[in-house]
Amino acid sequence: MRGMTAGSLGTRHHPQSNTKKASTIMSASRKTAATTAAVNSDGTAAVVDNIEAAKRAPLGVKLSRHFKRYGALWLMSLPAMAFVALFAYVPMYGLRLAFYNFNPSKGLMGGTFAGLKYFNQFFKSGMFTQILTNTLRISLWTLVMGFIAPIILALLINQIGSVKIKSFVQTVTYLPHFISTVVIVTMINIFLAPNTGLLGRLFPNSNLLAEPNLFTPIYWITEVWQHMGWNCIIYLAALSSVDLALYEAAKIDGAGRLQLIRYVDIPTIMPTVGIMLIMNMGNVLNVGFEKVFLMQNSMNLSASEVISTYTYRIGILGNQFSYATAIGLFNTLVNFFFLVLANFISKKASDTSIF
Amino acid sequence: MTSATVQPSLAPKTSAEDIPWNPKVRQTKTVSDWITDIVIWVVLALVVVAVIYPIWFVIIASVSNQTAVNQGQVTIWPKGFNLGGYEKVFSDSRIWLGYWNTIVYSVVGTALNMLVTIPVSFALSRREFKPRRIILFLFTFTMFFSGGLIPNYLLFKQLGLLDNWLVFILPGAVSVWNVIIARSFFESSIPEELHDASQIDGLGYWGYFLKIVIPLSSAIIAVLALYYFVGHWNDFFTGLVYIRDTEKLPLQNVLRSILLANQTGITGAQSSGMDLIQQREFANQIKYGVIIVSTLPLLVLYPFLQKYFNKGVMIGAVKG
Repeated sequence: MRGMTAGSLGTRHHPQSNTKKASTIMSASRKTAATTAAVNSDGTAAVVDNIEAAKRAPLGVKLSRHFKRYGALWLMSLPAMAFVALFAYVPMYGLRLAFYNFNPSKGLMGGTFAGLKYFNQFFKSGMFTQILTNTLRISLWTLVMGFIAPIILALLINQIGSVKIKSFVQTVTYLPHFISTVVIVTMINIFLAPNTGLLGRLFPNSNLLAEPNLFTPIYWITEVWQHMGWNCIIYLAALSSVDLALYEAAKIDGAGRLQLIRYVDIPTIMPTVGIMLIMNMGNVLNVGFEKVFLMQNSMNLSASEVISTYTYRIGILGNQFSYATAIGLFNTLVNFFFLVLANFISKKASDTSIF
Repeated sequence: MTSATVQPSLAPKTSAEDIPWNPKVRQTKTVSDWITDIVIWVVLALVVVAVIYPIWFVIIASVSNQTAVNQGQVTIWPKGFNLGGYEKVFSDSRIWLGYWNTIVYSVVGTALNMLVTIPVSFALSRREFKPRRIILFLFTFTMFFSGGLIPNYLLFKQLGLLDNWLVFILPGAVSVWNVIIARSFFESSIPEELHDASQIDGLGYWGYFLKIVIPLSSAIIAVLALYYFVGHWNDFFTGLVYIRDTEKLPLQNVLRSILLANQTGITGAQSSGMDLIQQREFANQIKYGVIIVSTLPLLVLYPFLQKYFNKGVMIGAVKG
C-alpha cells in the first residue's frame, strides 16, 4: 500500500492500532495509581479498576467527561459540520421531491405523493435514450482517456534524470488546469473556427464546431489536454517512493529501461491506480456541466445534451422541479451503483478499496 | 499501510547517477535503452509544446494585427503590434464590475473556506478523538451522494440566497476533498511528539493548534488557499444558476455574455457600417483580450505558487 493516495479514505481503519497502544500504556499507569491508593482495612490491597469504573459511569458523566476533554475539537469541527449538514444533507432530504408533486408554497417539504410518476415520465420520454447515450459516450471516453493519459505521462516524467527539466515539464503541464472553463471553451471556439482558426483553417470545407460526431472527441481531447499534467501528480508522488535498491536489483538482473518501468514503476503505482479508478467510476454519469453547457450549440445538441444540462433546462429554466429532481436522483443512483460496484470488484481483486 | 509516511519532497532524487557504482550493475546503455530514451524525450517534448503553444498563441494573437492572425501569419511572434483589443476590453464597464465582484467573492470566500476547513481538518486528524470516524464518514458520503441541482436551488431559494452575493461564499464553505487532504497532512507531517510536548507544557488543543500546528503548516495552507481561490475565480455555474441581477455577476459570467454577444454579432444582421470581415476581426480581438485579462492574475501568480505544488500537494495527498 505504499504511496497510496487519496488514501486517507482507504486508511481509515488503520490508525486505531496506535491509539490502542497509547491507551494501554495509560491504563497501566492509572492502575498502579489506583492500587497504591486503595488499601482494605485488613491490610490486603483492593484493586479498584478505574478503567472499568469509567466504563460503567452513567452516560451523562461519560458525556461530560468526553466534552471536557474534547470540547475544543468539537468546537473546531462544528462550523464545518453545520455547513455540511445544511448544504449537503438538507438537499439530500429534498430528494424526496422526486416522489412528490412540487408545491411552490411548501418548497422542499411539500406536495402530494406522486410515487414513481416522474421516473416513468423520464424513462418514457423521447429524450431518455438520447441523453443517456450522450452522457455515457462523453463520460466513458473522458474517463478512459483521462485516466490513462496521466499514468503514461507520470511514467515518462519519472524517467527524466535532470531535476530542473523534470520540474519544468511539471510546471508547464500543470498550468492549463487552472484556466477557467469559460476561457477553455472560448479557446476551443477560436481555434476551431472555420477558415480563420488555428485548426479550423486546416479543414476549409467543414465547421468542426457544428458537427455532432466531433463533439465527444473535442470534449475529451481538450479535457485530457487540460488536466493530464495535474492528475499525474498523484502518480509521481507514488513513483517517488520507489526504493532505489529495487532499481539496482533489477539492473543486476539485467533489466533495461523498459523493464524497469514494467517491473518496478508500474507495480509501484498499481494501488494508486486502483483507488483512482474507483473514484472515477463513481462519476460515470457525471459529465462536467459547465463545459458541456458552454460547448453546446444548436447544431450539435443531438450529441451534446447530457443529463446535467437536461436537468438544468427542465428544472431551472422550465420550472418542472419534481421531474428534474427525479432525473437528478436517477443520475446520482447510477453513479453510486458504479462506485459501489467498482469498490467491490477492486476489494476482491486487489484488496484496494475506499470503504 | 504499516510503513511510515512518505514525504516525496524529502525523498532522494531518483536519477540513475545517484545510484552508487556497482560492478555487477550494467552501466552501459544498450541499443534498446537508447531508443527508449529518444522516444521518451520526443513524446515529452511534444506534450510540452502541445500544452504551451495554445496558451502562447492566445498571448501573441491578443497583441497582433487581427488580419495577420486570421490569415495564419502569426505563428511564433506577434505581428503588426496592436493593442486595440485591450482598449475595447478595458473601456467596457461590465468587465470592471465583474472583476471587482470576482475579487470580493474570491477573497471573502477563500477566507471563510480556510477558517472552516483548517480547524476541522486538525480536529479530525487527532487519533484519540473517537467521533472523528463517523464525522469523516458523513463528510465523505457527501462526495458520492448529493441532493443535486434542484433541491439545492430550492433550499437556496428558501434561505434567501438567490440573487444574493452570499451564494458565492456560504454553500461552498467547506470542500470535503480539501478537508481530507489537510487532515492527512496533519496526521502525517506533524510529529506526534510535538503534541506530547505541548501537553506537558500545559497547552490545550487550541494552544497546540494555534501556536504549534499552524506555524508548521504553511505549505498545506498555501495549497488549500490556492485551490479554493482558483475555484472561486473560475466559478461560472453559481452565477449562471443562482444570480439574475447582472450587477452581481462575477467575471466568468460577464466574459461569457460578452463573448456570446460578439458571436451573434458575427452571424446576425449587420447594422453598423463595418463589413463582415472587419466585424469578425473586431470580435476576435476582444476575445483574445478578454481571455488574457481574466487569466492574467493566475499567470502572474503561477510562478510564485508553483513551488508549493510539489511540496504541499504531495505531502497532503500521499500516505504511505
